[in-house]
Amino acid sequence: MTNGGGLAVQPQQPSGLGQTSSWLRHAPQLTVALFLVPIGAGLLGTALPAFGWLPGVASRPWTLAPWRALWAQPGIGTAIGLTVTSGVSATLLSVLLVFGWCAHRSHRPPGRLARAVMGPILAAPHAAMAIGVAFLLAPSGWVVRLLSPWLTGWHQPPDIATVQDPYGIALTVGLLVKEVPYLLLMSVSALGQVPVQRQLDAAAALGYGRTGAWLKLVLPQIYAQMRLPIYAVLAYALSVVDMALILGPGNPPTLSVLALRWFSSPHVRMYFPAAAAALLQFGIVALSIALWRASEVLIARLARQWIARGARHSVLEPLAALAHVLVGALALLGAASLLALVVWSGAAGWRFPDLLPQRWSSAVWHAQAGTVLWPLGTTLLVAAAASATALLLVLACLEQEQRSGAHGRSRTLWLLYVPLLVPQIAFLFGTQVLFTALRLDGTLLAVIWSHLLFVLPYVFLSLADPWRALDSRYARTALALGASPRRVFLRIKLPLLLRPVLIAAAVGVAVSVDQYLPTIFAGAGRVVTLTTEAVTLASGGDRRVTGVFAVLQSALPLVGYGIAVLVPRMRRGSLRVRSAS
Amino acid sequence: MRTRALMFAAAAGVLLGGLAPRPASAGTWQSVLERARGQQVYFDAWGGSERFNTYIAWVARQVAACCDVTLREVPLEDTSQAVTQVIAQKAAGQNRNGTIDLIWINGPNFYELKRRGLLYGPFAQRLPNDRLVSRRDRELRYDFTVPVDGYESPWRTAQLVFIYDSAYVKHVPLDIRAFPAWVRRHPGRFTFPQVENFLGVAFLEQALYALAPNPSVLERPVTPAAFAQATAPLWAWFAQLRPFLWRHGREYPASGPAERQLLEDGEIDLMPSFNPASAAVDVATGRLPKSVRTVVLTGGTLGNASFVAIPYNAAHKAGAMVVANFLLSPAAQARAGEIRALGGPTVLDLAKLTPAQRARFRAQADNPWLPAAAALGHVLPEPHPSWAVRLAAAWERRYTP
Repeated sequence: MTNGGGLAVQPQQPSGLGQTSSWLRHAPQLTVALFLVPIGAGLLGTALPAFGWLPGVASRPWTLAPWRALWAQPGIGTAIGLTVTSGVSATLLSVLLVFGWCAHRSHRPPGRLARAVMGPILAAPHAAMAIGVAFLLAPSGWVVRLLSPWLTGWHQPPDIATVQDPYGIALTVGLLVKEVPYLLLMSVSALGQVPVQRQLDAAAALGYGRTGAWLKLVLPQIYAQMRLPIYAVLAYALSVVDMALILGPGNPPTLSVLALRWFSSPHVRMYFPAAAAALLQFGIVALSIALWRASEVLIARLARQWIARGARHSVLEPLAALAHVLVGALALLGAASLLALVVWSGAAGWRFPDLLPQRWSSAVWHAQAGTVLWPLGTTLLVAAAASATALLLVLACLEQEQRSGAHGRSRTLWLLYVPLLVPQIAFLFGTQVLFTALRLDGTLLAVIWSHLLFVLPYVFLSLADPWRALDSRYARTALALGASPRRVFLRIKLPLLLRPVLIAAAVGVAVSVDQYLPTIFAGAGRVVTLTTEAVTLASGGDRRVTGVFAVLQSALPLVGYGIAVLVPRMRRGSLRVRSAS
Repeated sequence: MRTRALMFAAAAGVLLGGLAPRPASAGTWQSVLERARGQQVYFDAWGGSERFNTYIAWVARQVAACCDVTLREVPLEDTSQAVTQVIAQKAAGQNRNGTIDLIWINGPNFYELKRRGLLYGPFAQRLPNDRLVSRRDRELRYDFTVPVDGYESPWRTAQLVFIYDSAYVKHVPLDIRAFPAWVRRHPGRFTFPQVENFLGVAFLEQALYALAPNPSVLERPVTPAAFAQATAPLWAWFAQLRPFLWRHGREYPASGPAERQLLEDGEIDLMPSFNPASAAVDVATGRLPKSVRTVVLTGGTLGNASFVAIPYNAAHKAGAMVVANFLLSPAAQARAGEIRALGGPTVLDLAKLTPAQRARFRAQADNPWLPAAAALGHVLPEPHPSWAVRLAAAWERRYTP
């Protein structure tokens, strides 16, 4: 599935496109430094105590006692198994469903309805979505209510573990609801760089079916762009905390939840197995990604023979159609979950098996109206600052890379993905040291910086491949006509790539709004955002209040995505008018 | 959170080492009020309850109006976060200008801070309203058997009760020994929060009180021998109970509020709670149906008090004392006791109030969602904090697959 043989269209790497201003030359180094320092401190802060070294508390350096303590914890084996099965199956299924969906639709972009549904699902924070999904799937939830008692005969909910099940199935479903739309968005953005329709027409003329042609022709071209998003999903699914708390089992929970539980235990000695668990979590993620990469190589080798045989399969069509239906079902589940939260926020009394509340009340909205403004403002400020900084740095890095024809990107910029691949709880604790030493502890600046660690990789992820895949002949032509690199950047590249740029910014806003742990750590609990409020209140298990916050939390990124979709369309409209006149 | 603070210790220790703590300075209440003026008090408290947040917002308005103190709630997911922060600041030598001025605290967290000498005080007796506090209740003087000694000031009391849905069940067990028979008749209709949660472990401790051969050992720090002897009947009892719990005893709700949601959803019929008024509060806000009722076990149940404490290095001790004093005022206690606010019994001795003040604590005997007044009051002291730790660990070893 990797770029192989003559099938792949490698983006041409221009060398020495124009001269470079001095600040731009240092953009990659600056960006990486902003990252390496806090993450390095963070990883060290986790790795050392995992081997018994913790200054000020206990110094018994270089002992394996924390690991022995970890293995002695009840349920540790079950927790590791649960982590791996739910994380890997959620990722594998997401990828298969997304490719199946794309193959089935071949060159058609998502429809209006799909976009309308996808926006809120992408925008909704993981914790809020998990609470909604839990309500839908629970034995007392919407699905069972829809069928009760007329079909099931149940006047009381059955005692079946449809959420928080010991196998993590509900957790896997919850992850699918969030990750499939994300990978779809990434694939749509990647597909925009490939002349899909022309290639599929050619394949059809040779007698290939729609799905087979897409898999053989298009997939190898976009997979390289999909790789990092897929790894990010894999790492996220393996180490997720908030969704696992709500949808996963608790006895034992997943490894990351166990680590967090021990990290916040009132007993200092639990810090050591917690650090070991965090390091183990890192190892599981690293190993999973390595295995995934190995499978890519293997599948690519086998697939090349499969493609070369030139068989025209018919069996693929129904499979792709099935994936298409399943993606639709997941979208429906996600949309219904969010709707359920909205309904809950206005419910006064709502008992099983009523499909809708018996009584409605705006009391929760009234009660929250006064308290929500301050966190709302903070959330907006942090999201805007982090996304804008991220966008600026990413654009500078990409521009520098193209101007210098640098092949340095593979040397340093991969470091940007470290925050996505290292479990959050592992390095955030250590990162705090740096903020404390810099006297930034509890300030907005610290929160923005810590958000940047997560926002920037996603912005880079969204933007790097479309940017690199832009046909370099545009820039060459403009340069040949005497335009300065700066002018080329502003008048050619930015307008052509406006859509991916805005989508990247919207992704950045959504990622920032979603951050819980970084806000808590960097903000010392004093910087309150919608998400910290929502997760703290979710610890109280109140669906009504969570509903209010989930609506607001989802609304913010939704506005961002709305702008990302609408602005290029308006521009395209104006361009059309200009060219027509 | 713990780690965050510990790393803070490592870093800040270098920067701030060597400053000695300031001794608790004496002085009149008037001088405290003067020093408090203009102070910004950071109040670290569990933030999982919207009603609590609303109440604290009301308190903030009052202390701003009366005493020019700005109260800022720092919402925590778990009180241990604040404990960790103070321990870390001590390790770092940050002995003044600490980040926390007031903590909502009790039980194991208080024990942890007090035994490390990380609390300011004794200060409770210096609060003018302290003289109104009831002296009869043991749980106001001993927090989980640990003497309070003026290092924390009470503001609410709590007692273990059980809430059930009378629409589905008419009779509920009123004795720990009756639970196995009841769950056998109502399989899957009862559960309690997971043992990491204070309410979950409290239910087990309640059972331990009822079943242990000699419950008085629970008031002393736990020893392996005492633990083995005291808990043997508990495990036998639990083995009878577990197969008939909700989800066959394989999964437990995360917290009390999460279990309340199960009761509202109709997934269970019976749950424990630490606030005798919580059912009444939830009915009033539409979160539970009118058919719920509250009962107390015969022979008494575990009770404790919620306190506020001031870390030894708090930056705004005077302001924190003003807030602690206000929480004890008849106005604040009456407000908190209202069903639409927090509900639950006051820590004040009503006999010490003026008739006008007393009138604000309206008898709510006609409220069908409150437990019968006669049933409350027989409070069993919480076991020593070390029991809860060992009990939770032993339970996890036995029942975690």
